[in-house]
Amino acid sequence: MTATTSAADSGLDTFPKYLLLNAARFAGRPAMRHKDFGIWQSWTWSRQLDEVRRLALGLRALGLQAGDNIAVIGANRPRLYWTLTAAQSLGAVPVPIYGDAVADEMAYVLDHAEVRFAVVQDQEQVDKILGTLDRIPSLRGIVYDEPRGLGDYRHALLHSFESVQERGEALLAADPGVAKAWEDGIRNASGDDVSVMLYTSGTTGRSKGVMIRSRSAVQAASDTAAFDDLDERDNVLAYLPLAWVGDHYMNYAQGCVSGFCVNCPESGETVALDLREIAPTFYFAPPRVFESLLTSVTIRMEDAGRLKRWIYKRWIGVAGKYGEAILEGRPVPLLARLDYALGKFLIYQPLRNVLGLSNVRVAYTAGEAIGQDLFSFFRSLGINLKQLYGQTEAFLYVTCQNDRAVRADTVGPAAPNVDIRISEAGEVQFRSPGQFAGYFRQDETTAETVTEDGYVKTGDAGFFDASGQLKIIDRAKDVGRLRSGALFAPKYIENTLKFFPNIKEAVAFGDGRDFVGVFLNIDLQAVGNWAERNNIAFASYQELAGHPEVSRIIAGHVDETNRRLSREPAMAGAQISRFLILHKELDADDGELTRTQKVRRAFVAERYRPLIEALYDGSAEKFVETEVTYEDGRKGRIRATVKITDARIHAPAERDLAA
Amino acid sequence: MNSRVADPVAIAEQGAGEMLMEVRNVSLSFGGVKAITDISFDIRKGEIRAIIGPNGAGKTSMLNVINGFYTPQKGEIVFRGQTRRAMKPHHAVRQGIARTFQNVALFKGMSTLDNIMAGRAVKMRRNLFWQMLWHGPALAEEIEHRAAVEEIIDFLEIQHIRRTPVGKLPYGLQKRVELGRALAMEPSLLLLDEPMAGMNLEEKEDMSRFILDVNRQRGTTIALIEHDMGVVMDLSDRVVVLDYGKKIADGVPDAVKSNQAVIDAYLGVAH
Repeated sequence: MTATTSAADSGLDTFPKYLLLNAARFAGRPAMRHKDFGIWQSWTWSRQLDEVRRLALGLRALGLQAGDNIAVIGANRPRLYWTLTAAQSLGAVPVPIYGDAVADEMAYVLDHAEVRFAVVQDQEQVDKILGTLDRIPSLRGIVYDEPRGLGDYRHALLHSFESVQERGEALLAADPGVAKAWEDGIRNASGDDVSVMLYTSGTTGRSKGVMIRSRSAVQAASDTAAFDDLDERDNVLAYLPLAWVGDHYMNYAQGCVSGFCVNCPESGETVALDLREIAPTFYFAPPRVFESLLTSVTIRMEDAGRLKRWIYKRWIGVAGKYGEAILEGRPVPLLARLDYALGKFLIYQPLRNVLGLSNVRVAYTAGEAIGQDLFSFFRSLGINLKQLYGQTEAFLYVTCQNDRAVRADTVGPAAPNVDIRISEAGEVQFRSPGQFAGYFRQDETTAETVTEDGYVKTGDAGFFDASGQLKIIDRAKDVGRLRSGALFAPKYIENTLKFFPNIKEAVAFGDGRDFVGVFLNIDLQAVGNWAERNNIAFASYQELAGHPEVSRIIAGHVDETNRRLSREPAMAGAQISRFLILHKELDADDGELTRTQKVRRAFVAERYRPLIEALYDGSAEKFVETEVTYEDGRKGRIRATVKITDARIHAPAERDLAA
Repeated sequence: MNSRVADPVAIAEQGAGEMLMEVRNVSLSFGGVKAITDISFDIRKGEIRAIIGPNGAGKTSMLNVINGFYTPQKGEIVFRGQTRRAMKPHHAVRQGIARTFQNVALFKGMSTLDNIMAGRAVKMRRNLFWQMLWHGPALAEEIEHRAAVEEIIDFLEIQHIRRTPVGKLPYGLQKRVELGRALAMEPSLLLLDEPMAGMNLEEKEDMSRFILDVNRQRGTTIALIEHDMGVVMDLSDRVVVLDYGKKIADGVPDAVKSNQAVIDAYLGVAH
């Protein structure tokens, strides 16, 4: 940490300054690789400096000036990364944009960001921009990387990447002083200027342009690079969207400050192969990637011979028992260590090799909740997989886990130099080195997002658990309170319930009420399987859901859920008091779920109002009649008497020290 | 790649008059069955020429005559200024005619890379002895060919299946590999036998784009047979229509589309 603080003090407060430094200190080391024509092509730091210099001078000759915004659109390609630095070296602001955005969205962002130039990967992006040119009045030029398909384009705005670099080269050849002047420009640049503008993905309304200042960006990247000991010997595979803060931060920003090598895959489809060839030391993937890795391993093992299956089962078991303890340096008996070493030779290393994770020192996952089993599987193989929590407005990191305190159900303590507080309403708010400077052209929204004392509102509700790690429970606007004042986080309760394979869906109620009541759907496959094994005959979901034995099993799960809730001081007050098993499965055809299978809470509450009343008026059962839509569009009604069960409330547990 | 990118405008201009192949009064019969009767048409340099017609119209027979697989009883074929009645398939290859097949004909057990490499065999100069030795000139040659193959792989966007045995690939990708193998010969005339057969809409769109790119960027002249009228009309510069072994129309897509004989043939008017 001390090293990086001094780095910032010594005036290294922009990424182009780091480019000059790296070209001097790591001149011959690889800065970037890209697999092209089947071969990994590499660029050393000194060559990268040369590429960026020619590009920057060429762009300036085209008319790019300090303060201009320049869009960068496409897949992870060295030339697009160079464009980021080249723009920054001129005081212009790069605006990476998602390459898969449709023309309309792209036009909105290009216009909103008032971009003067766009550097794009290929014909696809050129077509989108040319098609909406009348909506982007500020645009003065488009530079494309891959000429394919653009041969017969004769547009005045179009320039090939080579031609721009050639312009730069011609300027350098004509006057050697140009290079020096350019470097002086970099050295004299201020860290207060905006380094990059990252547009949010816009899941909630139109995208917003998040402005990050150079000094903040460099400081944040230096902090986390030091936290995870990243240096010039590290390798990453840049495969996540260029426009996403995660890629910009982890690969570009951390790469600049630590000097590690950024590897660009051959194409989107070759990522798994490229991963194996590169074997990165620092790796990020969302939970679903780890899930699909595990699934592919499981499926392939099922096709393996008997001996191999036995070896796999035997030593994956050993890893499950001791792997995480060994990884975390906790005491493990000698014999178990030897057994693990044997497993490492037989299974763990070969498996990591196949997955391309042989050399991983630090791996992160984030974005959604990750299952404990999934998380533990990778950790038990000796992969240092951790969680972080972040957002674009923080320039990524808000929290991240320390190597020695990693858990599946939390996202870690505050990242280095980050201040986190939980507001009265339970919302997570932070102040961080990388904190954004505001939304571009949206001062009002900025004012709504930042508190008067300078904290950023995340919009997420969370709390710190006993060990000081942050737990994110829900979107803040969905979190309510019981009449008693206890925090009520429906999604947290529902996710805890859905952790049981027998429970498919759960809907929790309680905001502004006396206690928490829950609707449940059993999982027809899991419970049906159990019924078959126990000779319980049933004809329909409704019949199985109403079976007293099923009710008893589910009651056990609810009790266990309450026990878990009781261990969390923040959640203990909102345990489940009463629940019922719905007489029909929630279905998107009936409007109860979205097409992406998320519960539409308000709709369900309205539709089953009599059942909610029954939950809260103390009745033990309720007769209901519900209209259903069959798959062919016909409508029918189902009638049922639904039983309502009381659950036991657990006393809030003493602080769980083990956690 | 750049060296191969030809300026399409230039191609169109120079190709406008230059004849690549001319088929003159060709007739072909198998015993008493007349497959092709007195057909004449030409293929100009740089164009996409389509041969269409209902089932059994003689399209594939025509293609087989062009690449020398069948010897016609009557008529002659002029290719690059040389006139001959019969052309052996290996002559056709040496002269720069490559083709793909209606039913994919690849080496199923070999990888994509090896299949396309096989397409370079015709270009290899070193003999088997040197190649087995895998040294010196043979190695240099292999590297040179590998570079050409990698360009094709990049061009067809099949990097992710470079090492996959072709038999494991879905049909649409196999077709693409086959196109790659034909391209590896760097043909001056590329014959495509129903390149879209059995493909879904998305695969057809992809294939259409590759055909256009091959034509425009690599400057390859293409003659293709296709069932799908929509695809043909969009892709080709000129179309020749066969029915029952006879030519019933020849011209630009719009003219052919409105030709009464063509409409009748496709709608099945009694003969």
